[in-house]
Amino acid sequence: MNMIVCVKQVPDPEVPPAKFRIDAKTKQVMPPEGIPPVINPFDERALELALRLKDAYGGKITVLTMGSAKSESVVKRGISMGADDGFVLSDPSFQDSDSFGTAHILAAAIQKIGNYDLILCGRQASDWDEGVVGSIIAENLSLPFIALALAIEAADKALKVKRVTTDGYQVFSVPVPAMVTVCWDVGRPRLPSGSGVIMAARKKIPVWSAADIGVDAGQVGKGAARKEAAELSRREWARKCEIIQAETPDEAGTKLAEKLREVGAF
Amino acid sequence: MSEKILIFGEVAEGKVATVTKEILTAGRELANQMGEPLSVLLIGENIEGAAKDAVSLGGDNVYVVNGPPIAKAHPDLYLAIVAEACKQLTPSIILFSHTDMGREIAPRLAARLKASVTMDCIKLSIEPNSGALLLSKPVYGGNAIAVWTSKPGTAQIATVRPRSAAPAESDPSRQGKIAPLTVSVDPSCVKGEVLETVVEEVQGIRLEDAKVVVAGGGGIGGVEGFTLLEGLAALLGGTVGVTRVPCDEGWKPLSMEIGQTGRIVSPNLYIAVGVSGAPQHMTGCSSSKLLVAINRDPDANIFREADLGVVGDYKKVLPSLIERCKSLKM
Repeated sequence: MNMIVCVKQVPDPEVPPAKFRIDAKTKQVMPPEGIPPVINPFDERALELALRLKDAYGGKITVLTMGSAKSESVVKRGISMGADDGFVLSDPSFQDSDSFGTAHILAAAIQKIGNYDLILCGRQASDWDEGVVGSIIAENLSLPFIALALAIEAADKALKVKRVTTDGYQVFSVPVPAMVTVCWDVGRPRLPSGSGVIMAARKKIPVWSAADIGVDAGQVGKGAARKEAAELSRREWARKCEIIQAETPDEAGTKLAEKLREVGAF
Repeated sequence: MSEKILIFGEVAEGKVATVTKEILTAGRELANQMGEPLSVLLIGENIEGAAKDAVSLGGDNVYVVNGPPIAKAHPDLYLAIVAEACKQLTPSIILFSHTDMGREIAPRLAARLKASVTMDCIKLSIEPNSGALLLSKPVYGGNAIAVWTSKPGTAQIATVRPRSAAPAESDPSRQGKIAPLTVSVDPSCVKGEVLETVVEEVQGIRLEDAKVVVAGGGGIGGVEGFTLLEGLAALLGGTVGVTRVPCDEGWKPLSMEIGQTGRIVSPNLYIAVGVSGAPQHMTGCSSSKLLVAINRDPDANIFREADLGVVGDYKKVLPSLIERCKSLKM
């Protein structure tokens, strides 16, 4: 099974909230000092699902990312986990693309790579939390689309995709090639292997420009973006915490019960 | 026909779903501010009753499409129906609930209609000077709120987070127009098929309905520790939820997860035990009425999010908390 996994480089979402900074003027999040960007954790889980499929059925995994030349680290992360190769899509004209621009760019690269059975990405990116690029790629390429996959099985020119729903799950049969987004619940991604790390270090990651993949300049960048941020602000902490003062944890528990009773919480 | 604001309504067991009542509240406010009618699209079989309800709940024009019920429908089919309906009705604002179906078809519809799309909005408002629609949504895992505005002339699609507005109240005296809408959809638009749809039975109270939630995080340390939390929840007439860590560790099933990738709850009382207070979790519970934190680490972020806190080991705090609650209840 030949797979393409789209991944994004993001500021580390595990950064402590106290270190999270915003530049309100430019409406941008400032990269936290001393904490390097990471592969979007949701996409890392898509990679994990791709690797399980490769383990089960063989085939090839290509990792694709749009960003700057520095974004090659997330492609290399994928290769160190067991992917086969990857590309970085980078061009000044890509700057400030919205989800539709991003999907246009990724779709162009996917068509250039060709010969795929399955395209995967995470359910959303941990920065803007939209979760729309995967489905827009499916629309652009007229591919069958399934969201929030938990498990995938191959079945004669089709896939059996189990996906989570709010109250349970659904199983779909989907013809290939298909575009599938992967839910968080697939579980922890594997760690890079020793040989994978060496392979990734040696691998040359090609950088493709707009011209390399035949991007329509009218559909990318800030000019093509359908919306813009009017405001970006930190979420305010609306509450002020009263700490129960006590000599022992035992006493604190008792006092907490009394306090809860006092405010009518039970 | 040209409509301004169109709501994608969901029908559950012949009735307007609660999530749809919520966007009827949000949509009605927008419609009033803009001085425009509010339209509702309903898809289903024999849903005349729901259509009447949609008028009572604030809809001015309710369009009814005969189609399979949402629980059984392939998203491709619903997408095609909605896209076709939008071609006829040409709305400039289309609102979905951020549900399984809404989340799936909103961005695909935006791609087809060349509209903008904003997912998981918690507030919709009109900019007084320009009249532009402003859509607020949590970003960066709940660390920040972005307010999005679309380019003039662009149709705008948004999904609205459940529980971000109160459900609309029914006013049976409200008048509105109910009209059938005929859409022709090519059955080949459905790629593949639904083989199985399973609704998992919830044991006890649904998290979303619970008045009291006791939530455990990584600090619980293992599945055994949850016995104490379950005891407290049972005593207070509530239920137990978890953060991501207990799911990732396999201590508790994913159906119990509260947060960005789990459920959104807003109980009267939320007791977070051994929860660090990561924004990705807090985004799922921050609208709780009273938020209590029990954590060993005095610097844990949860203490910036809570109303009441106890710094201490939950294994020592909970037994006396439970005992005292019991005696106070008697």
